[in-house]
Amino acid sequence: MSTENEAQVVLRLQGITKRFGPVTANEEVSFDLHRGEVIALLGENGAGKTTLMNILFGQYTADAGSVELFGQPLPPGAPRAALDAGVGMVHQHFTLADNLSVWENIVLGVDHLSGLSLKPRQVKSRIRALSQQFHLKVDPEAKVGRLTVGERQRVEILKALYRDAKILILDEPTAVLTPQEAEALFATLREAISTGLSVIFISHKLHEVMAISHRVVVLRHGRLVAERATDDSSREELAALMVGAEVTAPSIETAPPGAPLLALSQVCTPDHGAAPGLKSLNLTLAAGQITGLAGVSGNGQAALSDLLSGLISPTRGEMQLAGEPVKSWSPRNAIAKGIARIPEDRHKTGTIADFDLTENAILETYASRFSRRGWMNWAAARAFTKDLIKTYDVRCPGPDIRIRLLSGGNMQKLILGRVLEEAPQIILANQPVRGLDIGAVNYVHGELAKARDRGAAVLLISEDLDEIMQLSDVIHVISEGRLSPSFARGSMRPEELGAWMAGHGFDAEAPDAA
Amino acid sequence: MRLEPIASPSPARRIVPPALAMAATFLVAALLALIAGGNPFAVFGLILNGAFGSKFALLETLNSATPLIFTGLAIAVAFRAKLWNIGAEAQLYAGAVLTVILGTGALGLPSYLMLPLCALAAMLAGALLLLGPALLKTRLGVDEVVTTLLFNFIFLLFVSYLLEGPLKDPMGMGWPKSARLTSEARLPRIVDGLRLHWGFALALAAALLVWVINTRTTLGYEMRAVGQNAEAAGFAGIPVTRVILKTALLSGGLAGLAGFSEVSGLKGALTLDLSPGFGYTGIVVAMLALLHPLGVVVAALFVAAIFVGADSMSRAVGVPSYIADIMLASALLFMVLAILLTKFRVRRD
Repeated sequence: MSTENEAQVVLRLQGITKRFGPVTANEEVSFDLHRGEVIALLGENGAGKTTLMNILFGQYTADAGSVELFGQPLPPGAPRAALDAGVGMVHQHFTLADNLSVWENIVLGVDHLSGLSLKPRQVKSRIRALSQQFHLKVDPEAKVGRLTVGERQRVEILKALYRDAKILILDEPTAVLTPQEAEALFATLREAISTGLSVIFISHKLHEVMAISHRVVVLRHGRLVAERATDDSSREELAALMVGAEVTAPSIETAPPGAPLLALSQVCTPDHGAAPGLKSLNLTLAAGQITGLAGVSGNGQAALSDLLSGLISPTRGEMQLAGEPVKSWSPRNAIAKGIARIPEDRHKTGTIADFDLTENAILETYASRFSRRGWMNWAAARAFTKDLIKTYDVRCPGPDIRIRLLSGGNMQKLILGRVLEEAPQIILANQPVRGLDIGAVNYVHGELAKARDRGAAVLLISEDLDEIMQLSDVIHVISEGRLSPSFARGSMRPEELGAWMAGHGFDAEAPDAA
Repeated sequence: MRLEPIASPSPARRIVPPALAMAATFLVAALLALIAGGNPFAVFGLILNGAFGSKFALLETLNSATPLIFTGLAIAVAFRAKLWNIGAEAQLYAGAVLTVILGTGALGLPSYLMLPLCALAAMLAGALLLLGPALLKTRLGVDEVVTTLLFNFIFLLFVSYLLEGPLKDPMGMGWPKSARLTSEARLPRIVDGLRLHWGFALALAAALLVWVINTRTTLGYEMRAVGQNAEAAGFAGIPVTRVILKTALLSGGLAGLAGFSEVSGLKGALTLDLSPGFGYTGIVVAMLALLHPLGVVVAALFVAAIFVGADSMSRAVGVPSYIADIMLASALLFMVLAILLTKFRVRRD
């Protein structure tokens, strides 16, 4: 499909520039969006996609440049104006009230809830009509707190459609969806554009971009580096444009498994708020193998990760390390037993933002390696950090700067160095590449593969099925705290794994596990 | 208007706002002096003179700064680990009570044993007083701001009971006042004939010690880690609960020393007005010092100088000495604002 130049321009961004202090988030970005068109906004994390959309939506004010909606200039800094002009945004993190029903959430902020003008029956019938037309299956009466992530996203989209949005902005919409749900979302978007809506689709998943968009706009370091008609481009070209260089992913071959290093049998952990605990889980991590854990977020990954990190202990069942049952369990014990832990949230759990690189690098080993009788050996700590910086290619001015000034990739490299320096036997990598650029992604994956090749057992937890399928020797799927059987590399198609991710197949397993 | 964080503040940005804060403090005080009918320059001159103008004035200022250094350190240590100890007032009195119990003739020890014993007992008393709220915080998640703050009132009433009952001086003509310490339990003066006592030197040593703990020891590193990000610290295997309890012991102990130093060095006996709120003023001192132990010494001297100087100034001209309280309060407010401006820049939307 080629761009329809004759189609009406609904949105025009012109020369948008936005700076945060010394950081330029957007520089001279201009593009048009036409009626009935899907533009994919592509770029690695930190490329300026979200900033640009926040300017369009009126949440930030641009330092220079203008936004035109349907030929009218948009007053800067007024989210209301963007809403009224027909821009609807579905954020990565949903903005719904859990304790209200679907229809109440949808009318919130649109209709006057106080007056007598609110007619619930009409509202609900309109919602039903919209959800039928756009294939957005949701019960208007259901409480949002009870909905799955996919359903919540549908509510967000319905909210925008209910407000007569003409332009729909979706920020990384598939990050939280199973492949089947993502496919359903695409069907919705196709229906939407056929009725004349326009869509801006923010993503860094190339196959989705290829599948849904008409045009691709690539941002790098805040600049618009390329604009392509999707049909005239390819995944390889887009990937290269995104990072500014040809990238090669490490190729990984399956190796025969070694001895089991960690075994969980019938392990249970308590639920944590809305996140389920582990439900009688059996898992073995073998030496020289990467075990991939696929699943939609919030299905027990956090519990498993906390368990292996030493933060929680099983309430039932047994955990064995190298054949020995584990008795007392804490983060320090886990480290002492040779478990390397790469936490999901490197800003909150992995590092201390206002500590310098040295203080962060020794966070796990200060007691055993860098202090004697209560006194710190800062000279040794600093030398150790300098070594890490060199070995793991952490780009930084030196070991004395605060870690918050580092990019996500360099932060992750320091964490990687911190845990891999000890040549750990077991590696827990929870979302190790989330938010990293492709260069850093390949670096992290390469290090995990290297660790596997020297005989470590790696557990890779990720919501990105591509990542799981590319790296893992065996794959498990986790759903509501239950674990699927293990699948060998290449034995399952994404759709089959998707079915497990959606919770199918576990009931058949249940008698087997008992 | 919005605040944007600054990644790496320039040296000018670190210095200018705090300097402006101090200037603004003096401007407010000058305005008030004018309103009260005084000449601001004369008022400041008199305050300066009253604080540092004579040997007597200087030593008075140093003596007044001593308890503030102790309580300021107690607060700084605790706040750094995000343990919000508002109970330094009670911990100070606990130290004073133990000093009086041990030092009024119950033990016949020589001075070189008596003084360390009283000091240690005072530290222990202060430390134990804060251990309760710290345990409630770590075990049950009870907010220590509430428990430590309210415990001040309970403990002051308890001291009042002690001074009316068990600890009441039989020779005290019925006043709520303890017996006087024996001479063995009194901190001597640093130089004979001058009022300055060894408590001041002890306070300076404590500041130095806290600084060394912060920068050189494992505990200091752990306390900072827990204060800045307890989640990351716990994940990395730092025993967060134990670090908080150690912090509480150190903080309470320092506040207890303030009580020991005041009774043994200055007053010689315990009364209910031993502390005119040193525990609370310590919070201001610690904040002005940005929680830095050596900064605490400077901030305590500044605060003491204002109070001593304002007292003497109000005797000379008709400007009330309340101006010292106002200067202290505005210094704190301006300083908090200044700290914000060293870390954030204001953006106009």
